[in-house]
Amino acid sequence: MADLYTVNKSPFEKNSLEAVINLSGDGASILLIEDGVYGAAKGTEIEKLISGAEGKSFYVLRSDLKARGIAEDRVISGIELVDYAGFVDLVEKTDKVQAWL
Amino acid sequence: MAEIKKFMYLNRRAPYGTIYAWESLEVVLIGAAFDQEVSLMFVDDGVYQIVKGSDTSESDMKNFMPTYRTLGDYGVRHMFVDQASLDARGLTKDDLIQVEWEDWETEEEIDNIVEAVDSQRFKELMSQSDVVFSF
Repeated sequence: MADLYTVNKSPFEKNSLEAVINLSGDGASILLIEDGVYGAAKGTEIEKLISGAEGKSFYVLRSDLKARGIAEDRVISGIELVDYAGFVDLVEKTDKVQAWL
Repeated sequence: MAEIKKFMYLNRRAPYGTIYAWESLEVVLIGAAFDQEVSLMFVDDGVYQIVKGSDTSESDMKNFMPTYRTLGDYGVRHMFVDQASLDARGLTKDDLIQVEWEDWETEEEIDNIVEAVDSQRFKELMSQSDVVFSF
């Protein structure tokens, strides 16, 4: 199983999300947390980063989405919403965790 | 009486990931004690500060969105939002909170002091300000 990458910075302010998508290995799991969840919203100018990525699995932490007022129906299709228990499951089933800041 | 100055609070950061938005709000509230003309500007990720629907019940964080709605009562006269920043984030003015304002002496009322501005207006507003606090 490939690695889990967490991204906690807004994709409008830093290129962490773009860098992870370009530089993560095949089959990578990418989990958006904290300000990283802004990358999960539909209809933004950076939506293509995720909707155009191939061979990666995307996840977003539901509690951070809710705190930021992003409704679940505005999340890009294909991104899976997870709670804290889901976060732990991802950590467990991947080889290791890389936190991209 | 001292001269009234135009204070502008420039907000460019998202609300919860860093402390900037909260600190800005604190300074605005403290500054309300001084009789100045106070405006807030939201640009770049700062526009996320006034997106409605925030629910921090699962995050163990204080939800400070309700405080923004009371800013009209703290002497804030204008809340400007950069339209291009909204567009880039797939947001419209309907996604933002509304903030009422009332002059207690004249009873003049404004339903919503949140106003979207283009970049030309943005530049004018910034140059017309006497003091700019950047967060």
